[in-house]
Amino acid sequence: MRPQDILTPQPAGLYCKPGDFYIDPVRPVARALITHGHSDHARAGHGRVLATQETLDMMQLRHGEGFAAATQSVRYGETLTLGGVTVSFHPAGHVLGSAQIAVTCGATRIVASGDYKDAADPTCAPFEVVPCDVFITEATFGLPVFRHGDAAGEIARLLASVALFPERAHLVGAYSLGKAQRIIALLRAAGFDAPIYLHGAMDSITRYYQSRGIALGELRPATGARKQDLAGTITLAPPAATSDVWTRRFPDPVTAFASGWMRVRARGRQKGIELPLVISDHADWDGLTATIAATGAGEIWVTHGQEDALVHWCGTRGLSARPLALVGYGDEDAEDALPTTASAEGGS
Amino acid sequence: MQSFAHLIDRLAYEPGRTNKLRLITHYLAETPDPDRGYALAALTGALSFKHAKPALIRDLVAARADPVLFALSYDYVGDLSETVALMWPADRRGRNAPPPPTLTEVVDTLATLPKRELPAQLSRWLDDLDETGRWALLKLITGGLRIGISARLAKTAAAQLGGHDPQEVELIWPALAPPYTELFAWLEGRGDKPVSRDPAPFRPVMLAHAIEDADFDKLAATDFAAEWKWDGIRVQAVTGRGDLGVPVTRLYSRTGEDITAAFPDLAPALGHVGAIDGELLVVRERRVQSFNVLQQRLNRKTVTPKLIKEFPIHLRAYDLLAEDGEDLRDLAFMERRARLERFIARLGSARVDLSPLVAFTSWPELAAARADPQSAGAGADSEAIEGVMLKRRAAAYVPGRPRGEWWKWKRDPHIVDAVLMYAQRGHGKRSSYYSDYTFGVWIATESGDQLVPVGKAYFGFTDEELLQIDRFVRANTVARFGPVREVVHEEEQGLVFEVAFEGLQRSTRHRSGVAMRFPRINRLRWDKPPRDADRLETLERMLKAQPAGKPDADAADHDRRQDIGNGPTELL
Repeated sequence: MRPQDILTPQPAGLYCKPGDFYIDPVRPVARALITHGHSDHARAGHGRVLATQETLDMMQLRHGEGFAAATQSVRYGETLTLGGVTVSFHPAGHVLGSAQIAVTCGATRIVASGDYKDAADPTCAPFEVVPCDVFITEATFGLPVFRHGDAAGEIARLLASVALFPERAHLVGAYSLGKAQRIIALLRAAGFDAPIYLHGAMDSITRYYQSRGIALGELRPATGARKQDLAGTITLAPPAATSDVWTRRFPDPVTAFASGWMRVRARGRQKGIELPLVISDHADWDGLTATIAATGAGEIWVTHGQEDALVHWCGTRGLSARPLALVGYGDEDAEDALPTTASAEGGS
Repeated sequence: MQSFAHLIDRLAYEPGRTNKLRLITHYLAETPDPDRGYALAALTGALSFKHAKPALIRDLVAARADPVLFALSYDYVGDLSETVALMWPADRRGRNAPPPPTLTEVVDTLATLPKRELPAQLSRWLDDLDETGRWALLKLITGGLRIGISARLAKTAAAQLGGHDPQEVELIWPALAPPYTELFAWLEGRGDKPVSRDPAPFRPVMLAHAIEDADFDKLAATDFAAEWKWDGIRVQAVTGRGDLGVPVTRLYSRTGEDITAAFPDLAPALGHVGAIDGELLVVRERRVQSFNVLQQRLNRKTVTPKLIKEFPIHLRAYDLLAEDGEDLRDLAFMERRARLERFIARLGSARVDLSPLVAFTSWPELAAARADPQSAGAGADSEAIEGVMLKRRAAAYVPGRPRGEWWKWKRDPHIVDAVLMYAQRGHGKRSSYYSDYTFGVWIATESGDQLVPVGKAYFGFTDEELLQIDRFVRANTVARFGPVREVVHEEEQGLVFEVAFEGLQRSTRHRSGVAMRFPRINRLRWDKPPRDADRLETLERMLKAQPAGKPDADAADHDRRQDIGNGPTELL
């Protein structure tokens, strides 16, 4: 069977006809396999959902009980048969519980990698290369200008700034699911052991990470803290909150933003960021190209992001590549709206 | 280089003046000589590297990177140095991971490196630096630092290192040269205060704020003296006694650049020891000529006798900063003025005269004079007047732009309604916005009315308006030419700008035959259909009504004014 007959882009998402399921569908479907818990990939309203336990837990946390009619959890490496295909989930290194989904039909294996990164992350299982015939890669940072560098170095810049401006609060914009917990873990690894303050929208997901055994040290809600007590502290908040009236509770805040987009200066300036931190949960250009090569795939399908450059690069390496027209996926850092749970802040 | 890179990286994002000062002072305290001195030189605009041009950087990246990937990246980032810094494929093969270069190493090497060796040297440095280091290196050597730091701010940060008043640093600054080891020794209490040995030193100039309507309520007319604001070049003419008592005369631009050599006809007129603050003008048959005429005399490689004869240069004096070794800057303006009047009389030169005071007793009276300088005593010179200057009678001469002492009150700009025709993407922080606009006015043609471009503007609007225009451009594009989009401009469909400008000139380069000086977007006229925008005839009438400059002056050359008058400026 040709690869495009095994997995086909459709308006609802990537559809597997021989297995009769969708991967990360953007509309309600009967059977969905979900790569990870970010809202553009993990939507409510499907019939049956197959995902890792963590992803299922996060969907429940975000959408509430009954986000799907039925759920089934799968372990990394476990193989399941669905209709005419077998599927297995493998660590994607993106956020806790994130998975690449390998779909095997006859002798052909396609890996839908979802969002992934090959860089170290203390809050999730490391990315695993899955050899395959067709590799479906994201291209969020699919331009050679995107090189994320060493996250620990960026954390050191944040800490140097805290030391230089002890009378100011440092407000770090970070996506609530994954990025925030990774920043906290990196701060702890760098020896920062003071309490870290959190925006209310991050509270439940961060507690979930802690419940899965990820050590994050002492965390406090920013709401209710006295302004003068926030001098010299670090607070994490959803990116949109860092330009909100919510920030008025902080003494002369230094606004930081942890995102791969911060590599391009205009991006930080447009958002009024003072301290851009290049820390991303997506693979950078070097990561994308190294991963593509490591899978051994001869055919590359490129989705959401800067497809052109990556497709061109594949061509220069003798790989067959094409953009896969899938709509509805964005980069979580680029989302401007506050996550729905922001209402936890109660307009304070 | 890396620590300097981190400094300017952080400064580029930091909006607050106090925080910028803290960052620079911290860097200067932590960084050893001579690196910090070269950093201070870079921040004050005292470094330049003549061989490093953007074309060279393009060549470097072309030799290393896939052209398609470079083009896609450049299009995305919008800034050449930044694109190259980010995507540079470092080649460290066969090299024993050498440490990245220091700022001093870069400055020293480039000072003596033959041009042909520059590409290989730059490539090695780019290999050894990280993304931020590469960005800083490329910005530094191409002279495009643009991080919103004025020389004044950098000097203030240096002064803070030793708890000194920035004024003290300003006063000795002309005697200093990179890497300023003497200065740092004094600031850190390890050495004596450096002294100027220059017999004719530059003194940092005092600048004016633009006055707003609301300011007048807070100011008493009787506290101020007024002068005409001349449309020339601000200069400082200094004469001192050098070795063996030989007089030395120097002419400085407002930033302290020595421009004496360009005006050999003026120096002999400045025989007395003193420092005059004034305006450089061309005067023909006792009439001050417009800036368009003065421009013909500026930035020439060689000053020919013909040029001197055709464009006789004059100095119109409005302040005296020193006389016979006495510093007058602490005196009140009116006291200095009295000294200046005597000084100019003593010079007795037709090349140097006084900028007259404009008599007034109330703001409305001054407003009338400003509106009609010709009848208010300026006579034929009114062509070269762009407004009035207000100077507090009791004010000392304070370098920089002290609040409330000097004000400039320009004549009202001209205004027309024009239609947006083309939009081009900006650079730097505007790289993702269509922020450069070509606009046009209506002319009658055989096939009916058409728009003809009359100018281009890229400022005057707010950030919010920029977003609105950007959205309009993207939603109303009718054609694309590389980075330029043609935007719909029909009689009933299109966007009207109210464009303000300072003057008009005939131009052979524009199809419309006219060119605007300093055009800017004054207002967005969403309410106005393009058919109601102005016609070329309106501009023709304005051109006839305004005092004539040299009729064939080429408007496009006006940018050259920037070269002589301005040092590093704050980022817009």
